[in-house]
Amino acid sequence: MKETPLSNCERRFLLRAIEERKRLDGRQSYDYRNVRISFGADYGCCIVELGRTKVLGQVSCELVSPKLNRATEGILFFNLELSPMASPAFEPGRQSELLVKLNRLLERCLRNSKCIDTESLCVVAGVKVWQIRVDLHLLNHDGNIIDAASIAAIVALCHFRRPDVSVQGDEVTLYTPEERDPVPLSIHHMPICVSFAFFQQGTYLLVDPSEREERVMDGLLVIAMNKHREICTIQSSGGIMLLKDQVLRCSKITGVKVAEITELIQKALENDRKVRKEGGKFGFAESIPNQKISAFKMERAPVDTNDVEEQAEEIITKADPPSEVFAKPILQTPGTAQIGEGIENSWGDLEESEREEQEEDNSDDATTSGVQKMETEEISGVSKTKKEADTIILSDSEEEVVVVLEPEETRKKTRTHTSAKQENSSSKKTFNKKRKKKRTTH
Amino acid sequence: MAGLELLSDEGYRVDGRRAGELRKVRARMGVFAQADGSAYIEQGNTKVLAVVYGPHEMRGSRSKALHDRALVNCQYSMATFSTGERKRRPHGDRKSSEMTLHLKQTFEAAILTQLYPRSQIDIYVQVLQADGGNYCASVNAATLATIDAGIPMRDYVCASSAGFIEDTPLADLNYVEEAAGGPQVALALLPKSDQIALLEMNSRLHEDHLDQVIEAAIKACKDIYTVLDQVVREHVHEVTTLLGE
Repeated sequence: MKETPLSNCERRFLLRAIEERKRLDGRQSYDYRNVRISFGADYGCCIVELGRTKVLGQVSCELVSPKLNRATEGILFFNLELSPMASPAFEPGRQSELLVKLNRLLERCLRNSKCIDTESLCVVAGVKVWQIRVDLHLLNHDGNIIDAASIAAIVALCHFRRPDVSVQGDEVTLYTPEERDPVPLSIHHMPICVSFAFFQQGTYLLVDPSEREERVMDGLLVIAMNKHREICTIQSSGGIMLLKDQVLRCSKITGVKVAEITELIQKALENDRKVRKEGGKFGFAESIPNQKISAFKMERAPVDTNDVEEQAEEIITKADPPSEVFAKPILQTPGTAQIGEGIENSWGDLEESEREEQEEDNSDDATTSGVQKMETEEISGVSKTKKEADTIILSDSEEEVVVVLEPEETRKKTRTHTSAKQENSSSKKTFNKKRKKKRTTH
Repeated sequence: MAGLELLSDEGYRVDGRRAGELRKVRARMGVFAQADGSAYIEQGNTKVLAVVYGPHEMRGSRSKALHDRALVNCQYSMATFSTGERKRRPHGDRKSSEMTLHLKQTFEAAILTQLYPRSQIDIYVQVLQADGGNYCASVNAATLATIDAGIPMRDYVCASSAGFIEDTPLADLNYVEEAAGGPQVALALLPKSDQIALLEMNSRLHEDHLDQVIEAAIKACKDIYTVLDQVVREHVHEVTTLLGE
């Protein structure tokens, strides 16, 4: 299945957010996601989670004959698998460009930096050496595969124990774990990859891009480093132009991140060792947290809801009273009506000459409301009046004029009055409560 | 390679160069008639042939066409006789596919691909003799071939490698120096704007030395640029005189 393309809106939104130095998951631009390391029941098996990106690492070994030109060195083999399980965009059984790139990067990061002493993997020179295979499976893809994979690879290698062997003459004896304790590999240093995503031709830089961010980025720079601040690999990719200063800045950031991650890895390994020694529970079944949808557990929101009511009241009283809302439609002139507020309707306006005449008539009308009502009822008996609107009175002439009458005014007044009352009472209330609180605190 | 002195006390390297010195570069443009552009380059004993076709209509699956720019298609291969041991597969293994990807990335950045939407540009690179700096020689050859094909680029792309031995940055490593396993940087540069189109590093190097090594590689790239520029100018001059004034 081909990856669904990102819509223009989403792309723009992401880029705009990045310009404002905001990220969708609430991180700062140089923040790394949480790293979680859990170990399997066997040696050399681990799952590394980087946010929601998940990589399973498994190390296995085998006795093989060495390569012709390297008779005294063991063989290291890395294989990263991107299964369709991790993301529907990955096709099964195909060496995609991405896969080739990631595999080579891992090889260069771990093999070419000589983090594992391959000579110690030699059993009989030119005849038998250990071949160490590191299989990495991406379980869930949420961006930054290479960082997660490099951590998983080095953690799995550190955790791995190979069976002990002894050589007597030409005979090679392999001991089972029951006969002799398996031996760990000798590891010189731990290279860890850190990815930097560049946006807008290198103007913006983010550490550890998520899947969404990876889809809108212009280019990627991966730097692998160990805790001694030795760079093991640099790789830029994507059509992006870098400047030397940017590279140097990235390498500085890498140093900091690698120190943090290395510490975490060592802690995790130490913890696992302790648990195994004490005979506690270990393995994936124990360490993977439940993230079921069916779990009926709701985390409480850390919001204080104690005095919400008072706060709300306070806000209401402080706020301006809402403007008059005409619930019922106002009939301006037959055929045009108005609901609520808006621009004043001018359809019913009289023409200038007529208005003068009207004003004369209306001057009497406006005096008393009650009388007027009667009058209009009588006079406009023929006309199309709607008397349910008591706020509005239609005048007698054919071109009606809207007259806003007193009753409305009075209503307004009463309302403001009541609200004022409320204000008083509520403020008293809050005052009392405050007092109470003070007492309780004392 | 243990015990081999890569940098003598007098400051000379295995092949008698100084630390910042390049190997001899000889280049030719327009070596084939069939191709739109072609070039041949020798950097010391590393010999590379590059051929460019295009921009032309999409070949193969049309669905790959990009609606807003040209697709750059690269293939890197090493002749079976190019290395000490005879190679079984000239292309298609992990290393060559990686190299193919890097070439593609470099030229996608340098060529003004937006001028040719829905079309394709093919760059084929063949290494005839490998003596270190294969990527760099390939990039330089492909640059000349692209210029020969008349495809507009932002700038020349010049690539060079650099190493770091005994606290000295070395420019343009040869095979012996590469095989010694020291740190190694390959850098493709657009010399006029000082922009890095590709940066690659292998083996271990302390962070504090990174600046020096990159600086050495940039300098080497600029040196390569002067040579390439001269080659292009000579070639153009030659062609115009043949055409008659």
